[in-house]
Amino acid sequence: MNRRNGLQTPSEGTARTRRYLDRIARHDGELNAFLHVDGEGALAPAAPGPLSGWVVAVKDNICTRGQKTTCGSNMLANFVSPYDAHVVTRLRANGATLIGKTNLDEFAMGSSGENSAFGATRNPHDLARVPGGSSSGSAAAVAAGLCDAALGSDTGGSVRQPAAFCGVTGIKPTHGRVSRYGLVAFASSLDQIGTLARDVRSAATLLTAISGHDPRDATSASRAVDDFAPQGVRGLRIGVLKGDLEREGNDERVVAGIQRAAKALEAEGATLVDVALPSAAHAVSAYYLIAPCEASSNLARFDGIRYGARASAADLRATYEETRARGFGPEVKRRIMLGTYALSSGYYDAYYLRAQKLRTLIRRDYESAFASCDVILGPTAPAPAFSLGERTDDPLSMYLADIYTLPASLAGLPAISTPCGFTEDGLPLAAQFVAPAFEERLAISAAAAIERSLGPFDVAPRYADGLPRSLSAGAA
Amino acid sequence: MTEYEAVIGLEVHGQLNTRTKMFCGCSTAFGAPPNTHVCPVCLGMPGALPVPNRRAIELAVRVGRALDCELFATSQFARKNYFYPDLAKGYQISQFELPLNGKGELTVELDGSPLAIGITRIHLEEDAAKNMHGVGGETLVDFNRAGVPLMEVVSEPDLRTAAQAEAYLKKLREVFLFCGANDGNLEEGSFRCDANVSIRPVGQARFGTRVELKNINSFRFVRLAIEFEIARQTALIAAGGEVVQETRTYSDARNETISMRGKEEAHDYRYFPDPDLPPLVLPEEMLARVTVPEQADAIRARFVASGLSSGAAMVLTSHPAFARYTDTVIAAGANAKTAANFIQAEVLRHARTDGLEATFPVPAERVAELLALVADGTINGKIAKDVFSQMVTSRRPPAAIIEEQGLAQVTDRGAIAQVVDQVLSDNPSQVAKYREGKTNLLGFFVGQVMKATQGQANPKVVNELLRERL
Ligand SMILES: [Zn+2]
Repeated sequence: MNRRNGLQTPSEGTARTRRYLDRIARHDGELNAFLHVDGEGALAPAAPGPLSGWVVAVKDNICTRGQKTTCGSNMLANFVSPYDAHVVTRLRANGATLIGKTNLDEFAMGSSGENSAFGATRNPHDLARVPGGSSSGSAAAVAAGLCDAALGSDTGGSVRQPAAFCGVTGIKPTHGRVSRYGLVAFASSLDQIGTLARDVRSAATLLTAISGHDPRDATSASRAVDDFAPQGVRGLRIGVLKGDLEREGNDERVVAGIQRAAKALEAEGATLVDVALPSAAHAVSAYYLIAPCEASSNLARFDGIRYGARASAADLRATYEETRARGFGPEVKRRIMLGTYALSSGYYDAYYLRAQKLRTLIRRDYESAFASCDVILGPTAPAPAFSLGERTDDPLSMYLADIYTLPASLAGLPAISTPCGFTEDGLPLAAQFVAPAFEERLAISAAAAIERSLGPFDVAPRYADGLPRSLSAGAA
Repeated sequence: MTEYEAVIGLEVHGQLNTRTKMFCGCSTAFGAPPNTHVCPVCLGMPGALPVPNRRAIELAVRVGRALDCELFATSQFARKNYFYPDLAKGYQISQFELPLNGKGELTVELDGSPLAIGITRIHLEEDAAKNMHGVGGETLVDFNRAGVPLMEVVSEPDLRTAAQAEAYLKKLREVFLFCGANDGNLEEGSFRCDANVSIRPVGQARFGTRVELKNINSFRFVRLAIEFEIARQTALIAAGGEVVQETRTYSDARNETISMRGKEEAHDYRYFPDPDLPPLVLPEEMLARVTVPEQADAIRARFVASGLSSGAAMVLTSHPAFARYTDTVIAAGANAKTAANFIQAEVLRHARTDGLEATFPVPAERVAELLALVADGTINGKIAKDVFSQMVTSRRPPAAIIEEQGLAQVTDRGAIAQVVDQVLSDNPSQVAKYREGKTNLLGFFVGQVMKATQGQANPKVVNELLRERL
């Protein structure tokens, strides 16, 4: 069998799947990471391939044929997609076992996992805290050892921020690296499917399997996919976002974590340089215009006419209004209204166009920063996981949780979040690396270096018992 | 009394002649059972993404070139957002700020003089589905048409009369046809026209309030609808009233325009660049490859130069397939004028057009063979028509039919002389009358000889022999 994975026989694969199914049965009641578990499908024989034996969970905004794809919304509570997303096809072709679909903030809109119509997911490191979002279920499932790895989607940090909160590695590749065909769109120019795993190499292996050109996605890049396996960092120039570290409002434990990561990289032979992204200060404003604008249009198809929930009402207009009023949750409605307003005639130039200009400025900031470094280090989030309910009444403070993940999203650049330690009370801390477009490998290599020095970072302690052995050669 | 003039601009939607839809691989064939040409993309299923149809882009580039439009190497698809059940995604993919083609021009001939009409732009978009109202009290939606590629050609407000508008539309349809881009079928809706009509006092530069006329499905109705609208608006203003900005439709049953919706019901389409579709950059290779096929005007001029009447040239360019057929017959050696006459008189009676294609009863090469047999004297023109009828039914080559049925013209003087002698001896009284001076009886004798030879005798030889003997 493939040298990279340690699986010996198909029956060993089935045994691993059974163990994961048992773990889900045992632990997911308290975590609510999964929306649907496909025990039967998972136990069916998988095709042989580099991911043979890998048990993978898929965020529930990625279409799976014959299985529900709800997007965490009442609108699609019973929706079954007639087709597999490109990434799902790739996983199956690579021999992965798909164990189920994970919980998320409704239509991927949220940073805490609390916006799911099917209940919040809890953080495996502290059940009173949020796992982050919107790939809340994927991050929690990986952190609690309910699967080997998971797919998420990242629009403004939705893979990286929950990875940081749950103490796992999350990669958001370059926009265009992975086909979006079959990912239910939130904000198309920002959406990108990413991977989550308990170690850097596994996340990279999974990314290799799903990357590459897909003719069904016109924004999919036609660049060849390298092997994303990490390499050494000797001589790598690490740009440190000093401004971000000094920013008021950062949790000092996060800052200490980044400094620890920087030192570890230096010890491995990398050099540190200070870099700045002056326009990144406007990332929140730009993002919260562009993403809602695109969302207001992307979510227009949920009208109850062809699929999904439909309210019965007197006439067409009332049918639309009732269907959408009942089908969407408050955060989704908030963003649709914001986007509709910003795109309206008379406001378009002031909002959408200006936001696009900010986006260009941020892109240019990265270009100049990458003139003096290979990869940029900074925090993934300003603070570790916050408590459930803490920010639900304050959308603005919720939006600020994305402040460090948004710039790379707006610039379409690859980024990785990886653990760099814990707080005294056991909450994971994370570092984020951003690389130039299509240079995923640089960010992955940097993350692997701090994992070697500061890790390993494995399953959340309360779920450590009985975890199946990792199949990834680089894992501890 | 104030004199008014109308200001008319036209928006034409032409379905592009592609096998598959604008953004997916579904068939564009018309008339299939409802919802059989559909897929996740054109049904607007969650997660489905559009990929532009290369052929549709090429055809629109071709039309743009035929209309001398400025071609933009980079254009952009945009989303036009509104809710309606025939719109699967809740938005239509169209082009807004950056269309494929900019300003151009179309020259029409009206009352013998040319009139240049400005083209504002040509952009690409996708068609909507079809709502079918009142099926068992419900509205059903057929998505077969959803996503079919369209080009929208927008004219400048250069037109002043309904007749000009009609001439422009007919000319534009001809350009579409001869570009192979659109089949010009108004009834099936693959060629659709909306007209913006306003009036203003002659000499005033500012435009009046415009009314949009939608869903008019014949050239005649376009003319009638515009005529009615001009009269309605003029009467309204002359009576001291004001034109309301609105959308109206034409009822042919009542020959009048009827209000559909007012300005206050107009949508704010919230156009923005479609983030699923990167800017459309036309590859050099495509720009080099896409050329404009010979247009009807040029073909007509060529036909006239080769001896055809302008009437014949007009008929034979009324469909691109007719022109191609004529060219093939002539290229195979037939005399241009003879070929034109024969095609008009015989072939077109049996020809059937179907969109951009046409089916002919007999291949052009066979008609050329037939005409060659007339030219070399093997058969005469009258026999040629009979042979052609048999070619239509039996699909056999003309030479075989002539051979098998012995239809070849008899030019052998000896053989004809025998018949001539027989005819003369059978009709002694007529011979006598002829010799007494009734020379117009020659025709009678010719007729008798032709009858006896079943039309196969060479008429020239018959005449010569009769004159000799009489
Ligand atoms: Zn389709």
